[in-house]
Amino acid sequence: MSSAELLQYFFSGITSGSIYALTALGFTLVFNATSVINFAQGQLVMLGGMLGVALYGAGLPLWGASLGAVAVVAAVAVGFERVAVRPLLQKGVLAQVIATVGASFVFETAAMLIWGRDAVGLPPFSGDEPLLVGGATVAPQTVWVVGLSVAIVVALQMFFRTTLLGKAVRACAVDPIAARLQGIPYGRLVTFVFALTGAIAAAGGVMITPISFMSYHSGSLLGLKGFAAATLGGLGSPVGAVMGGYVLGVVEALGVGFVSAGYKDVIAFAILLLVLFSRPSGILGTRAAGHH
Amino acid sequence: MGAVNQFYRYLRKHAGFLIFAIVAMTIPAYVGDAYYLSLLAFTATRFMMALGLSLLLGQAGQISLGQAGFVGIGAYGSAIMTTRLGFDPWIAMVLAAVLSAAVAAVVGIPALRLRGYYLAMATLGVNEIIYLLLVRLKSLTNGTDGITGIPGLSFGALGLSGPKAYHLVAWGVALVMLRLSLNLSSSRVGRALRALSRSEAAAQSLGINVSYRKVQVFVMAAIFASIAGSFDAHYMRFVSPEAYTVTFSIILITGVIIGGLGSLWGAVWGTLAIVILPELLKRVHSDLTNLVFGVLLIAIMIFWQGRPRALGPALEKWRKMIGGRIRRGAS
Repeated sequence: MSSAELLQYFFSGITSGSIYALTALGFTLVFNATSVINFAQGQLVMLGGMLGVALYGAGLPLWGASLGAVAVVAAVAVGFERVAVRPLLQKGVLAQVIATVGASFVFETAAMLIWGRDAVGLPPFSGDEPLLVGGATVAPQTVWVVGLSVAIVVALQMFFRTTLLGKAVRACAVDPIAARLQGIPYGRLVTFVFALTGAIAAAGGVMITPISFMSYHSGSLLGLKGFAAATLGGLGSPVGAVMGGYVLGVVEALGVGFVSAGYKDVIAFAILLLVLFSRPSGILGTRAAGHH
Repeated sequence: MGAVNQFYRYLRKHAGFLIFAIVAMTIPAYVGDAYYLSLLAFTATRFMMALGLSLLLGQAGQISLGQAGFVGIGAYGSAIMTTRLGFDPWIAMVLAAVLSAAVAAVVGIPALRLRGYYLAMATLGVNEIIYLLLVRLKSLTNGTDGITGIPGLSFGALGLSGPKAYHLVAWGVALVMLRLSLNLSSSRVGRALRALSRSEAAAQSLGINVSYRKVQVFVMAAIFASIAGSFDAHYMRFVSPEAYTVTFSIILITGVIIGGLGSLWGAVWGTLAIVILPELLKRVHSDLTNLVFGVLLIAIMIFWQGRPRALGPALEKWRKMIGGRIRRGAS
């Protein structure tokens, strides 16, 4: 394989890796705030993409449709939290898994009933004249995806490190009871975290739709890969989630190059299972699996 | 007198099972309609799948989102071995079940060390891999086109592809599985499973080999699912991969949850629910089913008190009442 080809696969890897990173970040935010693994996370990404397409089709400009999708999915995530997550916080892992799986069914079927079964796409954010980098071609949308994802990750880090609200969210992740004793309104923060998660998921969905299309059942695959990325980086660590996302994306893309495009997803899940079976605390993580 | 008493004791103990068995086996005598007969045939195999899940989820408290993957191994194992290798359907069914058991053991031994959502994700991943392999291994599985021309079941020269003969065989096997599961549940193993579902540490300290028991029930559920998949393949004479996605795994979970996890009988009512509800909802809108299932899953979890309870326990009470009547009749 030539270096140009290798570079090509690398670019494709960091593109999908960006989306995995954002999805993994969503898992991590919710997990840290509530100890719940949201099995509907991928469906929120899907809803973002589908809503972007719908709003764009309704005549909104591309940026307006994108922002609209982000806002609507943030609201949907808040509603989802109120209905299907909050009543289950004290009920154990089994109930949480089943309820969020139920929510994933609701989102998926609702998307199918509203927008049909066909895969839909968006135009790229700024034309499709490819750029040439080191012999590899890069679509402008790739630059958008990677750039915006990195911007979102950096902004989030700043937010968590420097603002009072961000610090409060981190306090809740460490110990909800202690946080409450400090006067932090835990309930409202969980609502806020879900809004944030929905917005990040939708942003990922809207960005990737011009590249890989979106349909009502795209969510489960994206969710599984986001979880794989989060696990790879050690569940609970935002930095790990982002790195896990990029590692997964690049390994998967190289797998396409070296093995076969048909087995791309098999490779991703094999990695997930290998990590779960051999090192459930992830590459970067310190948290042991099963101890929650 | 002793023999009569013993007979009554047997009846009392197994009244629920016997009544259910008689109803299940004699339904074709009153139902002639082909549509209802095919629904009943599907109920038999859905019941086998749900029963395994009920053991795993209801008794041992372990969640698998990958049951459809093992159904797929059974269905494709049977389809490939009968159409490509010319195996007898029964032998193909057994070999496919052995393969499913092997896959379940290989996956289950590491996966069942994990708890809660890790196990759920791992089994979901396994289901996705099995589905993707069914689609991608074209030379073996014929990809998304699926495999046609699968032979029907037969005993020697006696064909079992007629709906009523098939019904008896499928429900016969389902009832054997139910009896085995009920026996398991009321044995030391069943008590061990329920103990470990409450607290693995406590169960371990009582001398229960927790990891062995979990893998055992996981493998058993996979075998049930695989046999059900084989039956479906020989009944439909056709398999295609989209029947074995995670979506189907979740539908099976829905059945077990609707029926209630408190008792294995929940699998009966849950199976009826996931067979009948889609048929009723179809009259309103063809794609409404999964939306309703999703809402039901959330709603049942919200109203869950401790352990999920739904229809099962209420019917269990009736079973005990009937058992009591027979006992009083005997004295």
